[in-house]
Amino acid sequence: MKSLEELAAIRDKMKNIVNTREAGENNIRIAVGMATCGIAAGARPVLNAFTEEVARRELSGVTVTQTGCIGICQYEPVVEVFVPGQEKVTYVKMTPEKAARVVAEHIVSGKPVAEYTIGAAQR
Amino acid sequence: MFRCHVMVCGGTGCTSSGSAKIMEAFEREIAINGLDQEVKVIHTGCFGLCALGPIVVVYPEGCFYSRVKEEDVGEIVREHLLKGRPVTRLLYEETVDQDEIKSLSETNFYKKQHRVALRNCGVINPENIEEYIAFDGYRALGKVLTEMTPDEVIQTMLDSGLRGRGGAGFPTGLKWKFAAGNRGKVQKYVCCNADEGDPGAFMDRSVLEGDPHVVLEAMAIAAYAIGATQGYIYIRAEYPIAVQRLRIAIDQAREYGLLGNNIFGTDFCFDIDLKLGAGAFVCGEETALMTSIEGKRGEPRPRPPFPAVKGLFASPTILNNVETYANIPQIILNGPEWFASMGTEKSKGTKVFALGGKIHNTGLVEVPMGTTLREIVEEIGGGIPNGKKFKAAQTGGPSGGCIPASLIDTPIDYDNLIAIGTMMGSGGLIVMDEDTCMVDIAKFFLEFTVDESCGKCAPCRIGTRRLLELLEKITDGRGEMEDLDKIEELASFIKANSLCGLGQTAPNPVLSTLRYFRDEYIAHIKDKRCPAGVCKKLLQYRIDPVKCKGCTLCARTCPAGAIKGSVKNPHVIDQSKCIKCGACMEKCKFGAISKG
Repeated sequence: MKSLEELAAIRDKMKNIVNTREAGENNIRIAVGMATCGIAAGARPVLNAFTEEVARRELSGVTVTQTGCIGICQYEPVVEVFVPGQEKVTYVKMTPEKAARVVAEHIVSGKPVAEYTIGAAQR
Repeated sequence: MFRCHVMVCGGTGCTSSGSAKIMEAFEREIAINGLDQEVKVIHTGCFGLCALGPIVVVYPEGCFYSRVKEEDVGEIVREHLLKGRPVTRLLYEETVDQDEIKSLSETNFYKKQHRVALRNCGVINPENIEEYIAFDGYRALGKVLTEMTPDEVIQTMLDSGLRGRGGAGFPTGLKWKFAAGNRGKVQKYVCCNADEGDPGAFMDRSVLEGDPHVVLEAMAIAAYAIGATQGYIYIRAEYPIAVQRLRIAIDQAREYGLLGNNIFGTDFCFDIDLKLGAGAFVCGEETALMTSIEGKRGEPRPRPPFPAVKGLFASPTILNNVETYANIPQIILNGPEWFASMGTEKSKGTKVFALGGKIHNTGLVEVPMGTTLREIVEEIGGGIPNGKKFKAAQTGGPSGGCIPASLIDTPIDYDNLIAIGTMMGSGGLIVMDEDTCMVDIAKFFLEFTVDESCGKCAPCRIGTRRLLELLEKITDGRGEMEDLDKIEELASFIKANSLCGLGQTAPNPVLSTLRYFRDEYIAHIKDKRCPAGVCKKLLQYRIDPVKCKGCTLCARTCPAGAIKGSVKNPHVIDQSKCIKCGACMEKCKFGAISKG
């Protein structure tokens, strides 16, 4: 170890990995439906895409987690985003590509992607 | 990138209840379900709630699984890790509230805790230096080496008010200051006392198992402060997991250049070696410990000269305890004011207690100094099992004493404990209920010190033995009232004349129980009765002829053949043959057998 910068570099690299363990109460929570219906419709690549996108952008205070079936199996993969103090947003028929856009626009910029939500799909 | 971390406790408690097998099972099941690129399994240190082990915590949800068995693992993987449905039946019941999963920090056990020394235990993989670095590891050392002078480091320690966590509570900064002269001109050493030996204390082991790098980092900081280049950790060989993790940690620290030459590109050079102790209790005493590192028989020597002047290999040496070191990097990073804001006027910071004995939540707890015994026992510890009443708590191990129920609201800090006749010690806290005989407890601790006395000085070698004989006389029913005076006289003699701390504190458990539970001693002597029903020689088992149905079960159970009687007729115990094992009383279906 030659300098503080070198230590900071290791710390930043690892921080991303161990962030998962800091499930803060005020975190933004991204819950991917992972019941049988969700998995069959391709929820796992979606879940992994969220995890990777959050890590790639080095976002803190964001928890990516799974949830069970919420009863709208025809819309799977379903993803719910909980931002503290705001109403939950439900995204349907998600794909890894859509996941990246949700992270960029909703999580980072605070603007939900209206066209992917259940409201848009039911219209 | 792993979306989910499964933390399996690898502390000694959970390891002995099979956590290594559980870890293997997780890896196997995760592979079978094709999750090995998504879920990471991590072996951690102790979570503290040892009573509920083996413990598994799953992040990001923070689900706390308790008493996990190997056969439960498949269900957790398929249900929770794959489908996101936590297995409620295995969750720690306090975290489940009407189908809602509460966070661990809201449970009674963790709510009042404040983790400083234990902050990384159960959070990081102790065998991975980069995880320690992720949680600010080695940043304090970097700060000290690049931004602070050695004197500033010592001043920070003085300002923080940190006192030694090993037992005596000597101010750490002052100890360092005494050893600070002639930096760079003489050889000096920094040592770590990891020879934890008090019955019932296991906090140092848990720190070393769960966060070994914190000790290495703090020792390097101490070395910089006093101008030492070599460190030794004296650890008992009976702590194999801690020894192994320390070895790994030292190797990794060397590999990353955090031990060795020119650390952080400065002139500072420091290395650490392990020295395994063979299990003698006296080697926890500082002069005996250093004598043992030198390769000699572990015996104490008179002080002064103090180790800060003439310690290991006759060089200036500082010796601190594991838990003391575990606080130091945090003090450097957060400032001495932060540390001094916790605790009481003269005892700053937090203290780790090893809760044991008659208590629900056996385990490790860390609370701010000044927390009352009632909060620790009733709230964090979950109270006494089987509806029994709290009788006393023993602190300070064989050097300490008892806190009786009448003083349960005493805020616990160094000075309050001394005032009520016990001491902080290393932090073992053994809870006793009404079934505990206080004379027997005093005898237990004294037996321990008699065994562990190194024999170098007569007051300890002979005095403690004579003291034990007096106690045995009382528990055997041969005691006389003047024995109590003899005990007090002999105890004060041993305290005043012994060479080291072992002998000087050995009579404390006797004096303390005599102070608060004198009536129990008197009952043993005058009435030849043990009120708690523990001392076998004073016990008699009796069969109530009215309640006895003559089922013969007791006679068949008795291992000594002491029970006589025929079918359907009341049975009788032959007192001359009875060995007072209590087996008959346990088996009797009619409650006909009583002891007293």
